[in-house]
Amino acid sequence: MPHSVSPAASPSRDDGELPDAPVDSATETGGVKLEDMFNDDDDEEFPASSAQDVKMESSPAPAPAASAAAPGTSGVDTDVMLAFYQRLFPFRYLFQWLNHGVIPTKDFGNREFALTLQNDAYLRYQSYPTADLFRKDILKMNPSRFEIGPVYSTNPRDRKTLRGGQMKPVSKELVFDIDMTDYDDIRTCCQGASICHKCWAFVTMAIKVIDSALREDFGFEHILWVYSGRRGAHAWVCDPRARNLPDDRRRAIAGYLEVLRGGSQSGKRVNIKRPLHPHVTRSLDLLKNYFAQTTLVDQDTFAGSEQAEKLLGLLPDKSLNEALKRKWDSSPDRPSTSKWADIDALAKTGKSSTLNTTTLRDAKQDIVLEYTYPRLDAEVSKKMIHLLKSPFVIHPGTGRICVPIDPRKADEFDPLSVPTVMELLGEIDAYDAKHPVGTQDAEMPDAEGSAMNGSDIKGTRKLQDYEKTSLKPYIEFFRSFIANLLKEERAVKREREETVPPVKADPMEF
Amino acid sequence: MIRQDAHRIDPKRRATIDHKKRQFATPTYKQQDYPHRLNLYDTPPTAEITLEQFEQWAIDRLKVLAEIEACSYRNKSPAETESHITPLLSKFLPLSSNTAYPNGAADPRLKNERQKDHYSHFILRLAFSATEDLRRRFARAETMLFKFRFQKDDSRERRAFIESLNLDWEPVSEEERNQVAENLLGATPGLRRVDEETWYKVDWEKVAELVERRSVYMKRGKAYVPGREQLSMIMAEFTARLERSLELTSRALPRLDEDDRLTPILNHLSKNFGSAESVYSEGEGHVDGTAITASSIDSLSQHFPLCMRSLHINLRKNNHLKHFGRLQYTLFLKGIGLSLEECILFWRQSFKGKTDDEFNSQYKYNIRHAYGDVGGDVNRRGRGYPPYSCQKILGDNNVGVGQAHGCPYRHFSVDNLVGLLQSTGVHDKEVLRGVREDVGKQRYHIACNRVFEWSHKSEIKKVKEDGTWSQADLDTIVHPNTYFKRSYLLKTLAKAPPRGEA
Repeated sequence: MPHSVSPAASPSRDDGELPDAPVDSATETGGVKLEDMFNDDDDEEFPASSAQDVKMESSPAPAPAASAAAPGTSGVDTDVMLAFYQRLFPFRYLFQWLNHGVIPTKDFGNREFALTLQNDAYLRYQSYPTADLFRKDILKMNPSRFEIGPVYSTNPRDRKTLRGGQMKPVSKELVFDIDMTDYDDIRTCCQGASICHKCWAFVTMAIKVIDSALREDFGFEHILWVYSGRRGAHAWVCDPRARNLPDDRRRAIAGYLEVLRGGSQSGKRVNIKRPLHPHVTRSLDLLKNYFAQTTLVDQDTFAGSEQAEKLLGLLPDKSLNEALKRKWDSSPDRPSTSKWADIDALAKTGKSSTLNTTTLRDAKQDIVLEYTYPRLDAEVSKKMIHLLKSPFVIHPGTGRICVPIDPRKADEFDPLSVPTVMELLGEIDAYDAKHPVGTQDAEMPDAEGSAMNGSDIKGTRKLQDYEKTSLKPYIEFFRSFIANLLKEERAVKREREETVPPVKADPMEF
Repeated sequence: MIRQDAHRIDPKRRATIDHKKRQFATPTYKQQDYPHRLNLYDTPPTAEITLEQFEQWAIDRLKVLAEIEACSYRNKSPAETESHITPLLSKFLPLSSNTAYPNGAADPRLKNERQKDHYSHFILRLAFSATEDLRRRFARAETMLFKFRFQKDDSRERRAFIESLNLDWEPVSEEERNQVAENLLGATPGLRRVDEETWYKVDWEKVAELVERRSVYMKRGKAYVPGREQLSMIMAEFTARLERSLELTSRALPRLDEDDRLTPILNHLSKNFGSAESVYSEGEGHVDGTAITASSIDSLSQHFPLCMRSLHINLRKNNHLKHFGRLQYTLFLKGIGLSLEECILFWRQSFKGKTDDEFNSQYKYNIRHAYGDVGGDVNRRGRGYPPYSCQKILGDNNVGVGQAHGCPYRHFSVDNLVGLLQSTGVHDKEVLRGVREDVGKQRYHIACNRVFEWSHKSEIKKVKEDGTWSQADLDTIVHPNTYFKRSYLLKTLAKAPPRGEA
């Protein structure tokens, strides 16, 4: 790769050009794309490890350029993607969220972003000093999605100029990842990538359990839940105390929240001691009703003989098990609810003399946990350097936006009604058609609308594009989340600024 | 609007140094008067001592630390360790309580003891901050020493010491305790009544291990910790502070480069401590008079300890091993005397599924690297890495899916372990029961040695009877290569005499 090109030169040149470039023309988008490809090769920001990917991916480059209008590998059209970034993506809020303030600081400047380009090349260690540069680069690269990493001690772009070990992660939101694939062995409705309302209930209960533990036990307040775009949810705990946790403390939290241990082969996965820890007690209270509804009715988990066998394996008493097995074998279509009731019924009739009621109760509690307790991808939470998909990007497979979920209304959240990017763009057009006065507006914000906070432009308050769409409530929720976070940050910063003279704001910054 | 020059420092943002304030700030260094027997070693020493003292004190402390470490390698129980360490401590590093002398803390003898303790600690910090490995071991040994002394401390002085630390522990009022009594009972294992303990509220980050095990009650970021966890909290605090300052020391260390008085002493000290790591020294595992070649590994593998045996079995089964497995096994093979050429041949033959090109490009380099043939700085790489000791192998916490390295006694589930043992011919019920018990108590060395003693019991009996081997030759095995050598020698000795007679 020609490394001689100065890295500073190419972005600034492109910065000048791009805003003026017309966006709705398919050929132009193709042109931009091609240019990006060349840029990639010049760009010396590639980590050594990904250089190989880039080379491999450069060869198919002419293809998307030739048929720019055709859907890219992602399933979402590249120019749809670009239009989304230009008109809808809340760059300004994302910046404020990560920057914890309005004036650009290291919290944002040293933050790692990792971009997945349309050709599936993966660019790590990107960073941006300001919201505007961030937006410009995203528009230029037009990534199919991007992820957010930690804040480093130095600018991640400078990492190659540093001696090994000098660039250290210093802070990142504490994150959690719930993915439906981990539930495949207990959901009967769908498998793999697909979801439906029935199995989304697992995510809902996971959100509730984790959210209440983080708030009540750990005292965190600023927890942002985000729909992952297909079949899961992410949590971003943004309290300053959480952001600065070292890895071993993160591991401690992950361990605290982990109830299911061992792989699918290890038999009984819940082995908790009695008396129950308050966290487990509370979770059990939350989960009991879900178990009755989701596991027993919606999923009808124990209907099949294989699953029923597994259930028996979790019960403690042999003679009870035999009695149950006989009963279930004689009526193969017995629904889960009845089977679950059978356990107590048979236990009461005293078919077994060895049965201890406490043991049975404990075993039943364990079963409820086994089938409903959140299954976290713990590795994501344990390491500060782990990258997680940014809120509000498009899931390339489904086209749905990764919108925030209000944990207080987690029950109402419907993943299948989350707007897709095509719907949103259609909504803008429909709105503009209805309000012909806004034709001017509709063109203007193209250039700067989604990035510049329209409400700050004094006098003429223009409607933002997102306000014309069903994305509005989600962005407003995000905005109020940030407002609460910043309120706390300001208190912290005020302390800091008592020692450091206050920074004069750039007059051009809002 | 765009800040092109984001890197320029705003003139108003530059660090301003107020010289007046600096002049009257409390100095970071100060004379210490040691009011307590224990010390968290927060303040570095400043007084002058002679070079002889510098060296002698450090050596004395090192002797103690090395013994403490050896005790833990040999899996001695706390009581055994105590009886072993106490005489050493009173000889090399006495540290008396305030009540030991009539004048209390002001007594000069007391002050001297404490000064020596304090200074020697800091000298060793200098000596052991250079590498990650040394830092970890030093912190471990120091923590054990501190714990030992803390437990022996007189309870009144201990309380005074804890109070002097300002540890930000907020006592829980009786009223509050009763309010959350049920939760405390649920959360704290082994607790019968809440009123038999004094409770403290601390930031949960301070008791992260308790949190991780979910054995403490948490409320809004505060952990409710019973008084009996005090010890572990202090230990955690001690280790955390020590590790942090060792890290800082290591960064400051290059400034000593020019010094020709202390640097040689420090280097010497760290080398001495280094020997404990290798209970094993270069060439120790070699067996004389036996040519070890790639083709003889299969037959020799019966003498391998279980960790290497398991790797060998895995290798033969899958014709492949993952990176850390290869590394652990290669170093072991190097230790038993397999030459580099033979070793490359061995791996080449073992990786049946790979073409020559694949092998040369993906694996050969690592083997040569392990032997010190390539890589890094020619002057520093020496002969590559030393073969892993049990401690090193046991210390690996991340044996992941599909990986075969590590210690079977520690990293396998008990059932799999027993299965593996049976497949290697250990069928004795009594031994297997003992192994289960040892593993349950995390005494992995003992389990391994138990298997060794069982499988070599007739040979051991024989050498003991004819007096060719002393007890020292049959000491606990703490290195896989020692295991191999001893096993090999015992088995060949048993065969040798009849052949000699014939």
